[in-house]
Amino acid sequence: MLLRLLPGDPANALLGVGATEQQIAAARAQVGSDQPLAVQFVSFLGNIARLDLGTSFVSRASVLEEIGNRMSVTLPLTFMGFFIALILAVPLGILAAVRSEKWYGTAISVISQLGIAIPVFWVGILLVTLFSINLRWLPSGGFPLKGWANFGEAITGMILPALTIGLVMGASLLRYVRAATLDVLGSDYLRTARALGASFPEALIRHGLRNGAVPVISILGIELASTFLGAVVIERVFSLPGLGSMLLLAIQQRDYPNVQGVLFISTLLVLLIGFAADIAQRLIDPRLRSTGSARE
Amino acid sequence: MTLIQVKNVDFGYSATRQILSDINLEIAPGDTVGLVGESGSGKTTLLRLLLGLARPDSGSITFDGQNLDTGNRAFMRQFRRQAQIVFQDPYSSLDPRQTIFSIIAEPLRSLKIDGDHRQMVAEALEAVGLDRDAATRYPHQFSGGQRQRIAIARAIVARPPFLLADEAVSALDLTTRTRIVDLLARLSAEMTLLFVSHDIGVVAALCRRIVILEKGRIVEQGETAKILKNPQHPYTQRLLASVPRLSVNEISS
Repeated sequence: MLLRLLPGDPANALLGVGATEQQIAAARAQVGSDQPLAVQFVSFLGNIARLDLGTSFVSRASVLEEIGNRMSVTLPLTFMGFFIALILAVPLGILAAVRSEKWYGTAISVISQLGIAIPVFWVGILLVTLFSINLRWLPSGGFPLKGWANFGEAITGMILPALTIGLVMGASLLRYVRAATLDVLGSDYLRTARALGASFPEALIRHGLRNGAVPVISILGIELASTFLGAVVIERVFSLPGLGSMLLLAIQQRDYPNVQGVLFISTLLVLLIGFAADIAQRLIDPRLRSTGSARE
Repeated sequence: MTLIQVKNVDFGYSATRQILSDINLEIAPGDTVGLVGESGSGKTTLLRLLLGLARPDSGSITFDGQNLDTGNRAFMRQFRRQAQIVFQDPYSSLDPRQTIFSIIAEPLRSLKIDGDHRQMVAEALEAVGLDRDAATRYPHQFSGGQRQRIAIARAIVARPPFLLADEAVSALDLTTRTRIVDLLARLSAEMTLLFVSHDIGVVAALCRRIVILEKGRIVEQGETAKILKNPQHPYTQRLLASVPRLSVNEISS
């Protein structure tokens, strides 16, 4: 809706600057942008109900197919970034909490704060400068034309962008893991477990992991969703042909079916991630599963 | 014969914050001892020292004739088999995400006690007046009094000869408190009990001996009946005077 309020028309983007009025009118009729907004919207909803995201105004290719191709870049990127964030944030967050009074506990905390403050594209540029320009270990961007068929090149092209996402996401996740662990460390049941004979690591594993996981999982869902959406910036920095760059290109070309398709699928995925996080929370926390209580 | 002996113990959380001074205390096997004092008098800190959760700055604590050496893991494991605790808050001392079975069986796992844990947990539940079926449920499905029974079941499941209770009935309503005190009285027939409380009335009902703690010092100790009848220290006298009583005139009016 907002996109359609912007100046410009898909017909102009299709035909270029030299097109005549008749050509533009014909192009509008062809793509349907001459119809009233309400008609276009109802037609869009009807197509969505049939899982038909339409065809691109520009390439004439199926939107769903195009999204599928682009997903083969965005999904692995998101999950690799997410995985890096997890393996950094969970052990370091627990360490920062357990050793909060030591210098390294404080150092981890301060560095994570810095990680939150630095914009994601800046982290990407710094990593490119270090690993691509100075050390020449990894490519500064791009993705092989054959995609994952050329596995070695595809995976090396993914390392820096995934690391960028992982570092930035890991920094904020670390704060939540640290806060959740501090809560558990101050809990009465942990103290009780120690008093009843459990060693500190035993008590932390037995009580800390599960109790600390509940608030972290709700954040994980939000973080994963925002990483997926934030991949737009990263794909731009590293010239990756993912969903984000597809969306940007579609907006520039006023390719409404592509824009709507990407937004629809992204929203659907974000909802699914939120739903999965809710289910995971219910599995971990028995209080969310049952409501029965007793009186003495 | 002495089970616990505390000799000239001093303790502070920092050099400027002295919590306990010159504590001397003996507890005989089978005895029921009430440790009474106001909030901040050092009761819980003394309990932490007796449990080996903190070390005294000076003085010594012995259990069954052996020094309570918190650095000696083998001894501490053996000690924890002998001494278990019930904490004050029945809501927060139970892990909300574990079943009652896991909660009660925790000392059995931690102390590596062999045997049929299901049977041992079921027996502990029955000993505190709860159904065996409770084992499959979660803490939030029980009332405050039932949760404290679960905490007591956890403390007695390893059959320790020494039970410590830190304000174990303070967070409960009056009727539930009476039931839990009755339960502790029944259990104390088979074990040594150290009952920490600021409620002198509960201690009078439960404990044969009483120890009065004021600002980190023991000001009076002896047989409960004698001390309550004839308190010597001004602090004990104030403590007894502060126990709320219902006036007969107030009731009749």
